[in-house]
Formats: sequence, structure tokens, C-alpha cells
Amino acid sequence: MSRFEAMDGNAATAEAMRQINPDVVPAYPITPQTSTVQTFSQFVADGEVDTEFIRVESEHSAMAACIGASAAGGRVMTATSANGLALMWEMVYIAASNRTPIVMTVVNRALSGPINIHCDHSDSMGARDAGWIQLFGENPQEGYDNCIQAVRIAEHEDVLLPVMSMYDGFITSHGLERVQIEDDGAIKDFVGPFTAHEALLDVDHPVTYGPLDFYDFYMEHKRQQVEGMKHARRVILEVAADFEKRFGRHYGFFDGYRLDDAELALVVLSSTAGTARSVVDDLRSQGLKVGLLKPRVFRPFPAEELADALRDKAVVGVMDRSDSFGALGGPLFMELSAAFKIHDVPAKTVDYVFGLGGRDTTPDQIESVFRDLAGIAETGKIQQPVTYLGVRE
Amino acid sequence: MGRVLREKYTRQPTPFCPGCGHGIFLNAFLHAVDELGLDFDKTVFVSGIGCGAWVPSPHFQADTLHVTHGRAVAFATGVKTANPDLNVIVIGGDGDIATIGGNHLIHAARRNLPLKVFCLNNFLYGMTGGQVSATTPQGDITSTTRQGNPERPFDLVDLARGAGAPYVARFPVSQPRKLKRGIINALSFDQFAFMDVLSLCPTQYGRANRAKRGYEGPSMIWSMLEHQKGTVAPREKLDSENPEGKIPIGEWYAES
Repeated sequence: MSRFEAMDGNAATAEAMRQINPDVVPAYPITPQTSTVQTFSQFVADGEVDTEFIRVESEHSAMAACIGASAAGGRVMTATSANGLALMWEMVYIAASNRTPIVMTVVNRALSGPINIHCDHSDSMGARDAGWIQLFGENPQEGYDNCIQAVRIAEHEDVLLPVMSMYDGFITSHGLERVQIEDDGAIKDFVGPFTAHEALLDVDHPVTYGPLDFYDFYMEHKRQQVEGMKHARRVILEVAADFEKRFGRHYGFFDGYRLDDAELALVVLSSTAGTARSVVDDLRSQGLKVGLLKPRVFRPFPAEELADALRDKAVVGVMDRSDSFGALGGPLFMELSAAFKIHDVPAKTVDYVFGLGGRDTTPDQIESVFRDLAGIAETGKIQQPVTYLGVRE
Repeated sequence: MGRVLREKYTRQPTPFCPGCGHGIFLNAFLHAVDELGLDFDKTVFVSGIGCGAWVPSPHFQADTLHVTHGRAVAFATGVKTANPDLNVIVIGGDGDIATIGGNHLIHAARRNLPLKVFCLNNFLYGMTGGQVSATTPQGDITSTTRQGNPERPFDLVDLARGAGAPYVARFPVSQPRKLKRGIINALSFDQFAFMDVLSLCPTQYGRANRAKRGYEGPSMIWSMLEHQKGTVAPREKLDSENPEGKIPIGEWYAES
């Protein structure tokens, strides 16, 4: 039987990790992720899991140990945030290139400097080209559900890629909400036993991970990573379908809210979607045809599906909780704009960079975005392709 | 801290928890600075992440470089190399300087640039919630070692000496006069100097190990100070056997 509990995002993720019972968890404390692995270390101390918990001396070592443990044939998980992820950088790429199916929770936090511990998406957006599958969750429930599905996605033999599961630092990681926790046995059945592929320590079938790989074969190996990502698109949906069948909660590439007949659409990741939904309701009651699209999967980027969902909209506003300095706008805006171009979507698009370093984003600001979109729909003119919300200028 | 020192060298009150040993170090450090006549206008303080790193930044009325976790010594190496006329002083905690940044510490000791590194050792990560660090004594309770730390700690004096540091010292905050004298010696030394400052963290370490260590009485903080005094002894008084397992304090100059 499933049960309902009041949990914050980190507690829910630690609970998912307890139920998954990974073989190895190397981890290092960093705000706001800390309580995830700290809670998990309590499970280790209490003997509730069979996990080897390694208290490493840095995040670089954490990911290095993850890769070693995964290559040796273990189911491996960890968690980090911001500068922890940045310190892992070298290893983050190696994890994907070695096809080690590690699952890592990344509690989104602004990447310093100056030092900031609050939420934005600059940490995981910076890692968007590292070769990891990236899932964004809105609340503790989605953090829990994504963490569990991530294991199945990563370990699928057609994928074998590491997965990052994200949710917003403090807003979700430390915000207490109602979370439906599934039965231990049901989760164990869902994730299934771990099957190692090409593991080290198999003396009858020796393998080598990460040797020199120059112009003769390097490009083929990169091409295979691309193939793994392509398969991931199918596997993410298959795993979501099985998850829905067993537990009743629906997941896909994205989540639409009052989107089908909307003329003005807003695209925003993670917890801000919750605020945006209430604004959509308010404006709908005033007769404005507005809707919301919350992407869940950022890598692989579901370009075609997003293009189809937004094809008939007059104006699409993207809200980016990170910037790409010197680029055309935030990462979500750029990806979506490219998708629109490739898939012939005529909708006008504009970008709003918001909430950097935990800057509060109010319903009023989101309403101003919709009013802006309505103005663009009326005049057919975009005054400003990228706007910074709530900033002193 | 005396009112004069406070006005002369600091910008704002400290944010440390009641009973934090870092405040005693701060006091001793500023007394040493004043006695020595160290010119804050020609001094750069470098610090990373953690409670210890907050001693200089944002409190001192001097130039401070507040950097990422573990990298203070590496940044300080850059500062000293670019402008050798500056006094370059690193203040941070054991998690920062000896754990995530341990590699920089040993290489700075080996390189022997005249940096001064003060490691405020409270035996765990205080700021992030009391997790195990590389100096947590074996068997001690932290928030990530609920059954006791299974691993052995670094002896930071041995580590720095082994890496070639020509001046190494260890003093506890429970003996502030000795601590101040040591700081003066470290700051006036003309080569690389490292000090393992035995600090206190009542909030994280004290609470977690209260039962185990027997910190008794209404004032756990006082009990921790008493306990610290009882566990250290001047290195000159300890023979090589050290049957009581006391932590040697004092100064170690390289024989050159």
C-alpha cells in the first residue's frame, strides 16, 4: 500500500534512494542537496539499505567513485548541487562517455560567483551538453517519481546513459508538501534487479574503460552516445507508461495545462510552473486564452513533440531560470526557437530570464509576461526578444 | 575583543554561534596583528567556504578574496605570486583546507611560498550541518557517520610537516595566550607557515558527541573547553611514547 507523507524534496528523494537500495553511494555535502544524502546516510547507519556509503573528500572524487563503482558492476547513485556539480565537471562527461548508468539528483542552485546558495538552473543547464539525460521535477512528488524512473531509464540496455534528476533548491528541496510514497516492494519490482553490462571484475571477459581513443575510433564512440540518447526518447516514454500503469501518475516529455485551446503559451521548468498555473487560471477567468507547458525532459530535447504542442499558438513566452551569456537568450529559449525553426512552427517566441540566484518570482510578474505576449499577438511586433524579470536596471 | 581592536580592524559583529571557537581565534588573531603592527592595507585575506572562512570575510577591514570550497590556498598562491609585497593570509576550516582542498595545502607546503595558512579545525563540516571531514576522530558521531566515523583522521601537523612546511604549529582556542604567541610567530616567519588551530563547534560537534565525550553540566561549551584543555599537552612534555594519547601542541620549525 502506498502512503501519504509530508516531506520536502530531499526527504522524498532519500526515501526513493532507500527503496531503490543502490549498491554504492559516494557523496559530498553541499547546500541545498545536503539533507538528501545525509538522510540516506542515516538509512545506511540503521541498516535499512545494503549500500556502501563513501564519504568522499570532494565532488570530483564523488563522481570518480561513482564511475568506478558503476564500471565495476554496481547500481550507483549520488546527489549534488551547483558548485558541487561544477567541481565534478570532468567526471560528468566521463560518466556519460563510459556509458555508466549513474543516477544523480541535482538540486538546482545558482552557480557562483559571487557565492549564492539559492535556486536557479545555471548548474544543470551548464551540464546540458555533457551527455546525461536530464529530467526536471516541479515538486517533491516529481522528485521522488523521477528519481525512481531515472534508474530504469539509465539502466535500459538500449540507453546505458547517466541520468540527472533536478528540482528547485530550497523551494522544492526544503518545502514540505504532500507526497505519495509507494510500497517498498512495488518500487523494488518496478526498478527490478540490476544487470551489469560489460562490468570490470569479470575475469573471464576482461574489458577496458576509458583508454586512449583517437581519430581512428573516437568519433564512432561519440556517435554511439548519440544513438543512446535517441533510444532514451523511446525508453523515457515506455518507463513513464509502466510507472503510470503501476502507480497512476502520468509522466511524459512535458506537461500541458489548459494548453490545447490556448493562444498564448508560457513555457517554464520546475517549481515556477506551479505559480504559473494559478496565473493561467486567473487570466482564463478574465477571458484570456492562456496556457502553460512545463517541460520535464530537457535532454534528450523533445523538439518535435514540443513543436507540435505549440504549433498553433500565436505567441510563446519562454521563462529561463538561467542565462547563456552572450547567446541569443536562455538555454530553453534557444532550444525551443531552434525546434520551431526546424519543425516550421510559425509562433512568435520571446524569452524572459527570471529568478537568478533565488530572486522571488511573483504571480504579478508572470501575469506581466502574459500581458506582454498578448501585446505581441495584437501588434505582431516583438519589442525585445529577451527581458529580465524583476531586475533593477 | 577589545573595543579599540574591534573599531580598528573589523567591520561588523561576528555571526558565529554561541561558544564557537572561531571567535576566540579571531580575538587572538587581532591581538597578534595589533602587537605585531601588521599593516592591513598591505594584507590580503583569502578564504573559501565554511564557518572558518567567515573570520576574515566579510569581517576584516582589509582586502578579502572569498573563493570556492577548498581553493583558498590555490588562490592565495596566485595573489602572492602576482604581488609578492603583499602579506597573504589564508583562514579557513578543516573541511575547506584539509579535506576538499587538502591537495592544495600539501603542494603549497612543498612549494614554500611565504603564505600563512590558519586551519580552524573543528573536526567536521560545521556550516553545512555537521558532516564528517578528514579530521573527524575515528569513532566520533557526525551527521553522516551516525554509528561513528569508521575512517582515520589526518594529523594536520604531521601532514604539513611531511609535505615540507618549514613552520608548523598547533594551538587550542582554550589557551588563547599561547595561540596569540603562535600567531605572531607564524605571521613573522619569512616562509610558508601552517597552523592547526584546535577550535570548537558546540552546535554540530558538541551536540552530536555530548553523550560520547561526556560534555557535562549546564554549560556544554565550558565543558568542551575544559575537555580540550585536558586532551592537549606541550610537545616538549610528551615523550615519543605518549601513553595517554595527548594531542601535542606547540611549534615545529624545520631543521635547516
